[in-house]
Amino acid sequence: MIRTPLRPLARILSARSRGENPDTIETDNLRARHEDMRDRARGRAEVRLLLLGAVFFMAFCTIGARMGLLAATDPVEPRVLASGAEILAQRADITDRNGRVLATNMLTHALYAHPKDMIDPAGVSVKLAAIFPEMKAPDLERRFKDGRSFMWLRKVLSPEQMQAVHDIGDPGLLFGPREMRLYPNGQLAAHILGGTSFGNEGVGSAEVIGTAGIEKALDARLRDPAQAGKPLELSVDLTIQATIEELLDSGMKMMNAKGASAVLMDVHTGEIISMASLPAFDPNDRPNPVLPKGAEPGDSPLFNRAVQGVYELGSTFKIFATAQALDLGLLNKDSMVDARAPMIWGKFKINEFEGKNYGPLLSVSDVIAKSSNVGTARIALMIGAERQQAFLRALGLFDPSPVELIEAPGARPIVPKRWPDITTITVSYGHGIAASPLALATGYATIANGGIAVTPTLLRRTEPMKGVRVMSEKAAYDSIAMLRLVVTKGTASMGEVEGYSVGGKTGTAEKPKAAGGGYYKDKVINTFAAVFPTDNPKYVLTVTLDEPVETSGPKPRRTAGWTAVPVAAEVIRRVAPLLGLRPQVEALPLDGVTTVRN
Amino acid sequence: MRPVIYVLSFVAVLTLGFWAYREHYQTREALGEVSALQREITDLREALNLQRAEWAYLNRPDRLRELSTLNFDRLGLMPLQPTQFGDAAQVAYPATEEMFAPIDNPVSVLGNTEPTGDFP
Repeated sequence: MIRTPLRPLARILSARSRGENPDTIETDNLRARHEDMRDRARGRAEVRLLLLGAVFFMAFCTIGARMGLLAATDPVEPRVLASGAEILAQRADITDRNGRVLATNMLTHALYAHPKDMIDPAGVSVKLAAIFPEMKAPDLERRFKDGRSFMWLRKVLSPEQMQAVHDIGDPGLLFGPREMRLYPNGQLAAHILGGTSFGNEGVGSAEVIGTAGIEKALDARLRDPAQAGKPLELSVDLTIQATIEELLDSGMKMMNAKGASAVLMDVHTGEIISMASLPAFDPNDRPNPVLPKGAEPGDSPLFNRAVQGVYELGSTFKIFATAQALDLGLLNKDSMVDARAPMIWGKFKINEFEGKNYGPLLSVSDVIAKSSNVGTARIALMIGAERQQAFLRALGLFDPSPVELIEAPGARPIVPKRWPDITTITVSYGHGIAASPLALATGYATIANGGIAVTPTLLRRTEPMKGVRVMSEKAAYDSIAMLRLVVTKGTASMGEVEGYSVGGKTGTAEKPKAAGGGYYKDKVINTFAAVFPTDNPKYVLTVTLDEPVETSGPKPRRTAGWTAVPVAAEVIRRVAPLLGLRPQVEALPLDGVTTVRN
Repeated sequence: MRPVIYVLSFVAVLTLGFWAYREHYQTREALGEVSALQREITDLREALNLQRAEWAYLNRPDRLRELSTLNFDRLGLMPLQPTQFGDAAQVAYPATEEMFAPIDNPVSVLGNTEPTGDFP
């Protein structure tokens, strides 16, 4: 650009010659230059504004167009990225500890009707009634014709039924896909699994919710979409569960009992390997029985005796009293205690079974082996009420079991409110305190675990369990040795299983009358709580029979030694090999001196 | 010069258009294939699930027990017994054939010699 000089020489000279002021020329030129600069700056600013406006306009147009496009198109899943095939089942499977299926899902269909689309309601009603026995043709026809536009007909269909409905061929009959919970093993582990039902139902799908057992207790975990592909592993072993249920069933029938339960627990991890309760039900078709008036809750097949059955478990509690006495150092297992029967305490009289008298003195081992009420009572009085309560609480006999079943928190043990000396005495031999067989098994597992408290669980544990020490290892070890004596020379002699040194304690408790006021003479609960093998305890088994009676003798026998013990022995004989325990030849106790004669 | 550029750019537009057309249809075809495959995967998974359920149903302990009872003649299956545990030491070694027959027929005599030197 050529810059115009502010004082061009030619004009200045001519102005001077004319006598004008040359400064006016300079001012004039300066003004012209400033005007020019201003014009250029304005032009540039205008272009910039225009450009900016255009950019904004285009940006808004783009956003607007995109919004319009998004609003106008139908939503579609991004097909390339979707690998959502994992989320197929809305509820996770349940498997046993070896991965065998206990509960899974199956795709099926529900049947519903649009009566307004129906061509021949009368004919459809007749044909449907022929397929489904529970439907009545006149009833269906009336409902089809009362002007409704939608109605459910059936929650689930079998494939054959679905084909039969297809064959009717009416456009008013429609199918909705359903995911159905399936328990392929039928009655097996029914009380653990519980059952499911449909929650909110829609035409496209229905939610499956747990109604009992572990299905309800862990409903949130089972329905969690993040874990839907990962099955819930239980601690239960399918084979062992099946074996125990079979043996318990035959044992229950042989002993004429009306109910039975068994719990098998790993003492180191607290895993419940098997838990059975009879009579059982089929969780695929969970019944809803109406009990007759005056029936016990235990008469319902839905009742889980092992967890909900809070019974007075009788003499099985005696080992807790002696174990505590050993732990406190009040006695050792050969100390003698006063066992003269009957024992008079205030206005109460404590008798032995069938009025026997084991006195005057009995060793602690024999108190357990012979199941002496008086001996246990004396030991309990030595311990005192407060320490006894603290010990039983530490064993978990005062609180509901923490096991993962929805029924567990509701089954509170029945604990006396006041604790005078007579309560101390009766509780020591298991009267006046009621606990579930599972709680009893947990208590025994704690002793068998070397005195470290065990928390029962139905979920598979991979790491060893951490617990607090309840009693010294020595006391626990001696208690197990005493339990072994019960089998070798005491009340549970039928519990001997060759190769597996079984120890255990029997318990026979008369059932309290429902109306209150005393106990039935001929209705008992028999329990056998066993530990095996006693030289290195691994498992605890409790077998409970409800109202058993053994009739092979001249008069009916109702003691646990005749009923629960043989059943438990058979269970151990069959289950121990399945648990992988090798039979051991038991070392004979070494005698001090052997007399030899020539 | 200018007409050449026009012709070239026209040809380029045609080529690009053809390329874009082909890409578009290939993408749609691939997407269709993907969704068909995914449908197949879903169906197979469903079938797998059903077969797993059926396998569990057919292998339920009740049924196996009945079957083993029905076929006891052929199978002779009994519940596992504690006596069925064995030791590795109880397994017999396979009989080895002797490489050489005895060469000189030795007579082996077992016993103790009496102090007198006679055989008892």
